[in-house]
Formats: sequence, C-alpha cells, structure tokens
Amino acid sequence: MKTFAALYRRLDAATSTHHKNQALQDYLRAAVADPRLWASAAWTVYFLAGGKPRQMISTKLLRQLALEQTGLPEWLIEECYQSVGDLAETLALLLPPPEGGEDVSLDFWMSERLLALRSLDDSERYKRLLQWIRVLPDEERLPFFKLTTGALRIGVSKLQVIQSLSAVSGVDAKRMAQRMMGYTQAGRTLRAEDFAALIAADDEAGQGAVGGHPYPFFLAHSFQAPLDEMPALLGPVENWLVEWKFDGIRAQYIQRAGHWWLWSRGEELVSESFPEMAALQSWIPDGEVLDGELLVVKPQAAEAPALDDDKLSDIQPFASLQQRLGRKVLAAKILLGLPVAFIAYDILEHGGADVRRRPQSERRRVLEEVVRDARARAGAMGKPIPLRLSPVLRSPDWASFQALREEARTFGAEGFMLKSETTEYGVGRRRSGANLWWKWKLDPMSVDAVLVYAQRGNGRRSGVYSDYTFAVWSGPPEDESRLLVPFAKAYSGLSDEEMRQVDALIRKTTVENFGPVRSVRPTMVFELGFEGIALSKRHKSGIATRFPRMLRWRQDKPVAEADTIEQLRALLPGAGA
Amino acid sequence: MDLIVPRPEGLYCPPGDFYVDPWRPVSRAVITHGHSDHARRGSEAYLCQHDSVPILSRRLGDAAVQGVDYGETVDRNGVKVSLHPAGHILGSAQIRMEFRGEVWVASGDYKLEADGTCPAFAPLRCDAFITESTFGLPIYHWRPQGEILDGINRWWRENADRGRASVMLAYSLGKAQRILRHVDPEIGPIVCHGAVEPFNAIYRERGVALPRTLMVSDGLNKKQLERALVLAPPSAAGSPWLRRFGGHSDAFASGWMQVRGNRRRRGVDQGFALSDHADWPGLLQAIAATGATRAFVTHGGVAPLVRYLGENGLDARAVAVDYGDEALEDDPPSAGEVGAGEAP
Repeated sequence: MKTFAALYRRLDAATSTHHKNQALQDYLRAAVADPRLWASAAWTVYFLAGGKPRQMISTKLLRQLALEQTGLPEWLIEECYQSVGDLAETLALLLPPPEGGEDVSLDFWMSERLLALRSLDDSERYKRLLQWIRVLPDEERLPFFKLTTGALRIGVSKLQVIQSLSAVSGVDAKRMAQRMMGYTQAGRTLRAEDFAALIAADDEAGQGAVGGHPYPFFLAHSFQAPLDEMPALLGPVENWLVEWKFDGIRAQYIQRAGHWWLWSRGEELVSESFPEMAALQSWIPDGEVLDGELLVVKPQAAEAPALDDDKLSDIQPFASLQQRLGRKVLAAKILLGLPVAFIAYDILEHGGADVRRRPQSERRRVLEEVVRDARARAGAMGKPIPLRLSPVLRSPDWASFQALREEARTFGAEGFMLKSETTEYGVGRRRSGANLWWKWKLDPMSVDAVLVYAQRGNGRRSGVYSDYTFAVWSGPPEDESRLLVPFAKAYSGLSDEEMRQVDALIRKTTVENFGPVRSVRPTMVFELGFEGIALSKRHKSGIATRFPRMLRWRQDKPVAEADTIEQLRALLPGAGA
Repeated sequence: MDLIVPRPEGLYCPPGDFYVDPWRPVSRAVITHGHSDHARRGSEAYLCQHDSVPILSRRLGDAAVQGVDYGETVDRNGVKVSLHPAGHILGSAQIRMEFRGEVWVASGDYKLEADGTCPAFAPLRCDAFITESTFGLPIYHWRPQGEILDGINRWWRENADRGRASVMLAYSLGKAQRILRHVDPEIGPIVCHGAVEPFNAIYRERGVALPRTLMVSDGLNKKQLERALVLAPPSAAGSPWLRRFGGHSDAFASGWMQVRGNRRRRGVDQGFALSDHADWPGLLQAIAATGATRAFVTHGGVAPLVRYLGENGLDARAVAVDYGDEALEDDPPSAGEVGAGEAP
C-alpha cells in the first residue's frame, strides 16, 4: 500500500501527461523487475485502468468511524464533508493521527483483508476497520478510504496505462490493448499470474483468439468542420462508407469453439443481460467476431422476418435500453416487451483469423456475407434471429448527406459515422494518418433554461457550486401564474472562470439550503444543449433529456425570456418540429 | 456596554469613537495589520503597531499614520486602547479595548505558532473576543512549520538538481517573507517578483533577517535561473512574467492547499498547506485562553464555529464584516471554502 500510495500521490500531483507517464513507467519498471511485487502490481494496474471493486465498507460504517474517532458532533462532520466534497478525503483529514505505521502490500490488503469483508457482518467489519486504521500511515489514508468506498479515481487513461505497460515490457501496444480487454471487469480477484500474463513476451502464434477474449474497440473522432470544408478534408464521398450513428450500446459478439460471448464497449461481459442473442449461435459459424450496436426494437419486429436490412423505424429510444440495464433478473415481461437487436457494422475475426488489418470495404463485404447467410438460413427454418446489417447510405455529395442527416432524429440516431473505405480496424481512439473513423453528429438540441438549484461538486470542483438544476417556464409570459419547472441537471460546459462567477452569484442569490443543495433566486439563463429528448414518467417535468450540458451562459437574456415547457416538448420525436 | 458594534463602515467602538479595520472611510481607524482588506484607503487618521507603519504608508499614500509599541496604551475618549502581538505578519496586532472595567479584544487575523518574522501571538484575558475564522473547520489542522518548510526545501532542491526553476506562489506580504526566512539559501539564488521585493525591504528594515534576494532586472543567466527559487504572488500564475523561467515546477503556499480539490483547481505541481491563520485547534485554543464568555466570529467559516462555540457554552455570534476578500488577502483558489464572502 505504501508503494501504491506513493504512486497515487505522484500521479495526483502531476499536472502534465508527460509527468504522469513518467510516474507510471517508473512504478511499472520496478514492478516488472521483481516478481514478488507482481500480485500487488496486478491490483495496481487494475485500479489504474479504472477497475472498481464493489464498495467494501459502507458509508454508514465510515460515518460511524468519523463520529466515534473524532468526537466531533455529527453536524460538524457533515459541514466538513460538504466543504471537502469527498467522504474519503474528509475522513483522512479528520481522523486523529495513527499510533504506528504498518506496511501491508496492496495485494494483502485486497486479497486477504478487504475482499474478505464481504462475508462478515457490520460489527465485525467495524472492529477490523478500527484496528487497521490505528496503524495505517497518514499518507496511505486517502487512497485507502478511496479504495474502500469504491470511489478511487486516478487521473490516467486506460490508453496511458497500456502504453506504459507496453514501454516497460516490450510488448507491442496493440497487443497490450488486447490483453487489457476485460482486465477491469467488476468482481475480479487478481493474482501475480495476471500481471505476469500482461507482461509476458509476445509470441506470434497465439493471436489472442482464445476463449471469449474480445478485441479492443476502434473508436471514432468527432467531425466538426463545416460543410464547405468537407470535400477538401475528406475527399469525394465515394471514398467513404457512411452509416447511421446509432444511440445504443456498442458491443462485440464473439463466437468461438461452440460458445458465444457479448462484450460491451465498457469492457464488461454482458452475455447474460442479453439472452436473446443466444439465438445467433446456431447460425453463425465458429471463429467469427462482429462489432455492432445493441438497440431495443418494437416487440413484433425483434426478429425481422424478411431480409429488409434497412428497416429502422422500429428502433426504440435509448431510454428503453436503459430499462434493460442494471437488472439482476430479467423478467419475461422485459424480454418480451423490450427485445434487443444487434445491428452489425464490422467484422474483426472471420474463419478464425484476425481480419482487422484488411481494408474497411473488404471487411464490409465479408460482414454482409456472414450476416446475410446466417439470416437466410435461420429464416428458412422459420427461426428469425435478432441480427441486422447496418445500412450503408449513399448520396451524391456531402451537401445531400447533410440534408439526409436530419432524418437521424426520427429513429433516435445521433448522426452519421464516416469510415474511410481503405482504413483498417484500429485500436482505441488513436490518431494515425488516414486510419480514421469520424462521427458526424447532429447539432445538439437546445433551449434557454433558468438555473434554479445548485449543488457543490466533487474532486477538482469540490466546494464549488458546479452542479446545477435547470428549469423552463410552465407557460408563456402572458400567463401570470406560470412557474419554473425543473427538467434537467448539468455540470459541464462552463470555463473555470465562468464557474467562479456563477458560484459567487449562487452564494449571493441563495434562497434556501436543503442539505447540500441550494435553491437560488432565478437570475441566470443558460443555453442548455442535449443529444436527445424523451417522455419520462420518472421526471416531474414529464421529460428526460440525454447528455444535457451548458452551451453558453446567456448573460444577455432576462429570466422572463427563457423558454417554456411547450418549446421543450416541441423537440420530442414525432412532435412535428 | 458593548465596546464593539457592527456599522456599515466597519467595527465601531462607541465610547472610543473609532473603528477597527474599517472598510469604508472614517475619521479614526485602528488597524490590526497591513493586508489590503484590513488596511483600506480613505480614512483620516490611522493607528497601528510601529512595524505596520511602513506597510500602511506604502498602501495608503499620505494618510496620517501613528505607530505605537506592543503593549503601549493610548487613550481614546476614556477607552484604553493597546495593541498586542497577533503572530499573523510583521506588525500584526490584536486590539485590546478597556472601558469601565470591561475588556474587549479584536483579534484581526492571527496564528498561534511562532513563525520567526514577528512576535508570537499573545493570549489576552477579556470579556468578549472578536475572532477571525478563515479556517473554521476541523479539517484544517496545520503541520508544524518546520515540517512544511523542510518539504519546500526538498522540493526546491529536487528541482534545482533537475535543472528547473521552482516557482512558489505565495501572498507577497507575510507569507513570502516567512518562507524566505526559513528556506535554505545554499540551494540556489532566490528571485522575487516586483510585488514581493518592497515588503522584503520593509521586513529587513524592521530587523527581520532575510537571505539575499534578486530581482529579474538583476540579470540572471540561464544557469542561475535553473537553480532559482522564485517567489511570486498568486496573481502571477500563468502570466508572461513567469515565462522567462522556462519549464519550471510550480507550487502554492496556502492553508487552502490542505484540501485536494483546491490543489487540483490551482493546477500547480505542489501545494504546501502553510498558513498565517489559526487552524481549527488554534482557534479553539485561542478563544479558550481569553477566558471570554462572549465571542464574535467575523470572517471565514463563521457559521460552524459559532454553532460549535455555542454548543460548548459560549455566547457566540456571527458578525458580518468585509474582510477576507479572496482577491485581496490569502487568495484562496476560489470560493471553495465554507461560507466564503457571504453574510452569515
């Protein structure tokens, strides 16, 4: 834990990517050199890459610890927490100094102590916690509490971890990316062997096509240039494969040696959440890996009877998909009412061989063969399967594509994907020459909304009022009894300077405090952008927005001129806007 | 009788007819220390401790400034006024007021640990104590000064060995000199920003030994710059002035650095929680030592301290003041602290 805490501190203090990479490599180099450190290193890599074990000690126990160990009144601890914005750090700052220093490895902490807590009751957990805390060195407290609360976040990207691992082990970065796939899955217990497997010398034979191991997803960059620059930047439309950018869950369907797996873009194995995908297995040969999008479709259409690949009208909004996520048990009602379909758009493995280096156009050809063949054979047996092809869109030029892009909203898509016909399937979001995928998204929808509640943020924004709730008017200006209806929360889009100003105004215009939340006198109007909008029973306003964020602070706009709920509803799909 | 009452101009002493650290122009002002949110322009006459005189003169131009010694008593309409060490910065004082057997003390800003640049805080017995509470939450408890300054020396030495300048952002009056007093000048040259150097001169003139400091205009060569410690006010962060130091490491010295979020927002490589204000245990200790039954809490984490003192048997109240303006004084990274700058 000492080494881990030192690394955590060094990474936390580093303000540049360069320094972070240095810190990572210094740590990993030392770890690689000493096999006794591998078990702890396996855990360290897990946390660095964003792995999160479930919360091991409840917030309740930690609050009890704070209360009993500091002797401070509860309200004062709460004040401290509100000021710091983070329970783990509040504890680290408030607890009395330790009585001694115990040096316990991260591996021992995880494997022998913390994971074992799950099988104990709260009083035993508390007893152990108390013993440990008394001898936990001061500088290890913060990472320790962060870890146990499941809130450990280290400001490095997975790509940085992969590159650093590659640099110290000599294993090719792409290969390392593949080895790291699924490494941070929830609920894992790591061992020295896991670290050894990451840094083992590269052998050409084993292409990683083993078990249900997925490939790293190739990610797209956002395309922002205006229409008139597109021909110069992209060249003729014929060089590009254009598809809808669906708003579902990106996933890899893997079939090998008589088994199938489904991995999400978040590198979680999600096969069990989508049991209907099992139907594909009988019709797809072994040694195939498909990349595509999971979407909820209208029930009767889930298993499209005909070969109409282009049918999109039955795709349901992302909100329907959300109802299927995070459920432990999938009731029959859910499976029947919210069936999913897999819209395939790429093929990564074919006939047992990695085909990622082949050009886009060729992969598409192979993909069409595999999908059409599976659908045809399944259909012929009267057993349609939830597998479709992502339609390829054609238009004579970029201008007509832009016009066509507006249709995306009608079935909840976000815009277009542009894929160079000659490009290979890359790794992650790295930019390397022409090896590019672009997402060409619709401009966000927007309304002018009024800031009505504010809450203090966490981390870099701890203590600053940075999380806001926005409202629109219930009626037009001539309606004297109209009210402000809260409909969305947003916390991004402002510069630090703007946030400071807004923070100061919030403190000046506070009406009431409700715990951490303040209501303010409505004085500030913001242009709020969002990617999607849907009806919702869970929201008081009856409307849910997707990815709301602040586009602009409309300091020029008086509160009375903010938009109304009617104007917001007009943006709903099918509202005839 | 209350010897201090809040008025729109500042904290007013009715029988003595003067103000303590007024934020609007008045006829007679008694000043606790020379930070700009406590010593403001425009009043007709100022009274302060001797060592504050050159600081005030610099800030206030031609105003009439009278200096007194610590412990010296001045009569103001029958109120016995005396100034006593507050340990905050050079010349900082608590204001003791005695009238018809009643004693009140206004603390100004203070800290308990002796810092080597001014006499240490002297506890005074009184009936009512007017205290600051900049760091009025138990999350604030300072490490001993020696430990923090060792850390600063270590940071400077490591940078010097790697051939990069160490830029320390610190308030130009008080904090900068406290750091100067204790850093190890053997490590390399010390360069001070134009906002810092005039106060160094005042400290030296008043007998505080500081190591040799240079200004940019003294023309340092590249080799010297690489080993230099640079002291600059927080406002210099990201300014063109700093560019001459190339790929430097930066740090910020302030009590606010105790909390990670503040450190992150500053975006500096290092945060040193070195403060010239009392921490939570310090506030409680100072208040207890006065024996006062009444406490008035002025600026900072007012509400929690008032409530805590109240629950511990004191008649504690909040007083709205116009001090602790972030832009002027300790310059916290943003409105990150509880209740900053708001009326309680």
